[in-house]
Amino acid sequence: MRTELDLELVALTKRYGETVAVDGIQHLFRGGTYACLLGPSGCGKSSTLRMIAGHEEVSDGAIVLAGQDISRLPPARRGTAMMFQNYALFPHLSVADNVAFSLKMKGVDRETRRKRAMELLELVHMTAYAERLPAQLSGGQQQRVALARALITNPQVLLLDEPLSALDPFLRVRMRSELKKLQRELGITFVHVTHGQDEALALADEIVVMNNAVIEQAGPAREVFNTPRTEFVARFMGGHNVIALPRGHFAIRSDQIAVTEAAQGKLDGHVTGIEYQGTSVALTLMTAGDQEITAIVPEDQYFVKPIQPGDGVGLSWDEDHLHALTA
Amino acid sequence: MTALSKNRRLFGSLLASLLAQLATGRTKNRHLMGWLLASPMALVLMVFLVLPIVMIVIVSFWGATEFSIYPAFQWDNYQFLLTSPVTYKVFLNTFKYAVLTWAFTLTIGFTVAYFLAFHVRSLTWQIALFLLCTIPFWTSNIIRMISWIPFLGRNGIANSTLMSMGVIDEPLEWLLYSDFSVILAFVHLYTLFMVVPIFNTMMRIDRSLIEAAYDSGATGWQTLTNVIIPLCKPGIMIGSIFVVTLVMGDFITVRFMSGSQSANVGRLISNDIGLLQYPSAAATAVILLITVLMVIGLLLRFVDIRKEL
Repeated sequence: MRTELDLELVALTKRYGETVAVDGIQHLFRGGTYACLLGPSGCGKSSTLRMIAGHEEVSDGAIVLAGQDISRLPPARRGTAMMFQNYALFPHLSVADNVAFSLKMKGVDRETRRKRAMELLELVHMTAYAERLPAQLSGGQQQRVALARALITNPQVLLLDEPLSALDPFLRVRMRSELKKLQRELGITFVHVTHGQDEALALADEIVVMNNAVIEQAGPAREVFNTPRTEFVARFMGGHNVIALPRGHFAIRSDQIAVTEAAQGKLDGHVTGIEYQGTSVALTLMTAGDQEITAIVPEDQYFVKPIQPGDGVGLSWDEDHLHALTA
Repeated sequence: MTALSKNRRLFGSLLASLLAQLATGRTKNRHLMGWLLASPMALVLMVFLVLPIVMIVIVSFWGATEFSIYPAFQWDNYQFLLTSPVTYKVFLNTFKYAVLTWAFTLTIGFTVAYFLAFHVRSLTWQIALFLLCTIPFWTSNIIRMISWIPFLGRNGIANSTLMSMGVIDEPLEWLLYSDFSVILAFVHLYTLFMVVPIFNTMMRIDRSLIEAAYDSGATGWQTLTNVIIPLCKPGIMIGSIFVVTLVMGDFITVRFMSGSQSANVGRLISNDIGLLQYPSAAATAVILLITVLMVIGLLLRFVDIRKEL
């Protein structure tokens, strides 16, 4: 199963003085996958990415790419390329010169690097803007140029540091589909750092959820969403309720909770909030044991028999949908 | 009488309309408002900059005898100035000082700014070291200049130290009252004028650009020449304008540090003034002004500093 292009983190650790930002994490990114490093700010995901890129020194452990420990190599010799959060385009260079920058550093002649830059700009549909300066481009266009610049070195792994956070919501959705398409076309590994679970779910083949300097859970997007292993993952991925039952903590998806008449469900509660969301209605409920639970009810079902805030209701669910949490 | 009252009425109505605008917060005539707001500064510049220059230009056409000056419009001063070989020699010398000082202050200033901006990581240290750079400015130019004299003199600290170390057998004569000491004093006086604007532009460079360059395989030197220097150009240009204009207009440093043995244009003018030859001094000043403006114009052709201001 392991290929030449696998990227493996071995007991990777980053310390800043006393604080441990990344605590001995272990993970294998399979070649050609779109992986998302997901977690709240300060969880160590950015430090991990920057260590892979070579912009942060590794305190301990190894980074193995194509069978070679790259953790002590300079960034340009690792076979990785980084796309920066604010794109970091050189403001004094034209789009074409920005893209061709690394070739210029290698001493490639003008003709060749120009030709290659135009190929990359073609890939991101930016040939028409080759002579512009970065300041004359929109956010989305700048991002494409940054992508082209990162890809011109033919990296085996492209590292993206919150690439969509600087865009407005509409553009963000469009750019993420483009990122995904590009990754499929190129067939290289993308490691994408984000704190947005929707972004991770939309893009990733594999999601790596980090918290407090360690990996909480890693796996295919669907698996991480549907079977969260810990309370943190369940809450961070969203769409889940964490219920404390006498036999332990369980996660259950909000849309798998049914609302019944009072005293007819497995738990009793009263409605504290109702939010109409278009295709569904989100009910916030407070149970007898003071647990807050969200139930998502399809809107047609809700409006057959509307409920008012303060009403007492019962909650029921299919036992198969409960997932025991380890922590 | 009627004209005066008419004027007064006009002024009164103008003032009233201005007050009305201010009171209602509405600016019916935004142009007028803009002009009014700009007028105090324009007035100050008019009185203290434009008028004196106009005066100098006027006086530069006047005539002079050994004991008097008289209003006239004649080109004698310019003719004498532009045909005298002394003028060209002195202007050449001024350019020499300007170019050498510029080169040294740029090298030192850029290095200091680079160190402060990119090697000193904590803001506290950056501020502390930056303030340290400004400490010499707590004393006057003249004092800082004169303090070199006991250091560089024939029996000064530099010579006696070098002799006691056995590096030299007899005192170096060129240390003081030479082009060396003039340039040294200039560099000492004006390097900070290079450091400040360059440091300012450097602090505005996004640090991720340096990482991006490094990511693209640029060496430290390549990053410097391909990213940092081009992005510092406006700062370099502002510093250069400071230094070049200061050096070209200086007369006291050259007089003190060369022991009155070399001349620059400033000294030419100050000598003329000493001899009460105001028209001649004015003509030289006009030529110097034109030269400096041409140099600045040339510098501005290379870099657009507007975005820095």
